[in-house]
Amino acid sequence: MHDQPSVSELVAAVRGFISDSAAPQLTGHAAFHARVAINVLDIVLRDLDGRAENDRKETASLAALLDVSADAHSHSEMVRMLCEKLRSSELTLDTPGLLEHLKTTAIAQLEVDQPKYSGLREALGRP
Amino acid sequence: MGTTQELENALNALGPKLGGTDGRVSDLKRLSGGASQETWAFDFGPDKGPVEELILRRAPGGVSAARSQAAIGLENEAALIDRAVAAGVPAPRVIHSCEPQDGLGQAFIMNRIAGETIARKILRDDEYATARQKLAAQCGSAAALIHSIDIADVPELPRSMGEDQLAQYEEIYRGFETPRPVFELAIQWLKASVPEAVEPSLVHGDFRLGNLIVDETGLVAVLDWELAHLGDRREDLAWICINSWRFGNSENRVGGFGALGDFLDAYAAAGGVEVTPAEIDWWETLGSFKWGVMCMIMYEAFRSGADPSVERAAIGRRVSETEIDLINLLERVRDA
Repeated sequence: MHDQPSVSELVAAVRGFISDSAAPQLTGHAAFHARVAINVLDIVLRDLDGRAENDRKETASLAALLDVSADAHSHSEMVRMLCEKLRSSELTLDTPGLLEHLKTTAIAQLEVDQPKYSGLREALGRP
Repeated sequence: MGTTQELENALNALGPKLGGTDGRVSDLKRLSGGASQETWAFDFGPDKGPVEELILRRAPGGVSAARSQAAIGLENEAALIDRAVAAGVPAPRVIHSCEPQDGLGQAFIMNRIAGETIARKILRDDEYATARQKLAAQCGSAAALIHSIDIADVPELPRSMGEDQLAQYEEIYRGFETPRPVFELAIQWLKASVPEAVEPSLVHGDFRLGNLIVDETGLVAVLDWELAHLGDRREDLAWICINSWRFGNSENRVGGFGALGDFLDAYAAAGGVEVTPAEIDWWETLGSFKWGVMCMIMYEAFRSGADPSVERAAIGRRVSETEIDLINLLERVRDA
């Protein structure tokens, strides 16, 4: 498939249209939703940019934590396995590496979802 | 019924109950905010005399559509505010609790208190610099007065203690079948670390900036009693501390404006009990988990097609805010 313009370029073009052309003409509730829409497109752009690499790192980290082969299980299978082990208390807050895995994963998620969130700042301040 | 003119006519018909037969309603306007209840501001008084500044709080269209099963209804809310005022809690005075013949639906009228409710203004504007210094202690005292109200003396309220809420929100989370390891860890840690039980007291249920009126002298009113219940007083003390309600000012644990020590000291001094920071840790963790599940509920409204707005879609990408807050809390607890 062709990639010119790329998906990111197309989304950025729509974002520009909303912020520069459409939003200034809106008032009240519609203006509020236009601002939300701009934020959503920013999330989309960061997600497109970061997802492949973030998923690769998270999958490797999950496999290490669960002591399984990353080739034998999908990402979502391993998330489910981790949840089961937490629910049964086989893994707890004191399990070495657990909180570090969750923190690294959450930081990557926040950098896509809400990079300005105060809790992210706090997490990055105490690596 | 619901046009501004119809409301104005109904309010005018209340005349004597609002303080005078020669009074007229003027400047009736809907205020923003309050997704679950309509809030209207208006003045009432004779044409050329002093006016009373009033608020009409009303179910949308006059018909009760509570924002959650836990909401207590406007009639109970009005009765509760009366009790709170009698106990010395800064809160509006209820002028009239509406009856069916008033034609306003479920509603009550209270006096309008001047001040600010928007958290970001209270936390950033110079006007509130002095208020911010005093606010933690004032909120601690107000919470102590709320919790001192005799529960035999309030309308019948739902009862919900900490473990009830943990079970309730765990069930909702599991119902979504969206595994989130941070929530699993928080649930298990909360279950393993339940603080010692306390006697139930009246709990406000949404005690935080947004529901407090602040002027340049500090706290002047506690609003929005809709989620009041019988519960654990530590719920109110920790809810105002969760990072989502610090509105960006993480470094000030109480509401983004104050220190926990000042808040808890004032609470104890005003008749509350001694509460330790470790108890706040547990309740704050529960609060962040609850807020995370509430964000999932709001996103579910989008996913199910019930509310296709971009705003409901976007809130699904805010669940991760509560995940990082939970990690920050649990990391501090682990390393303590």
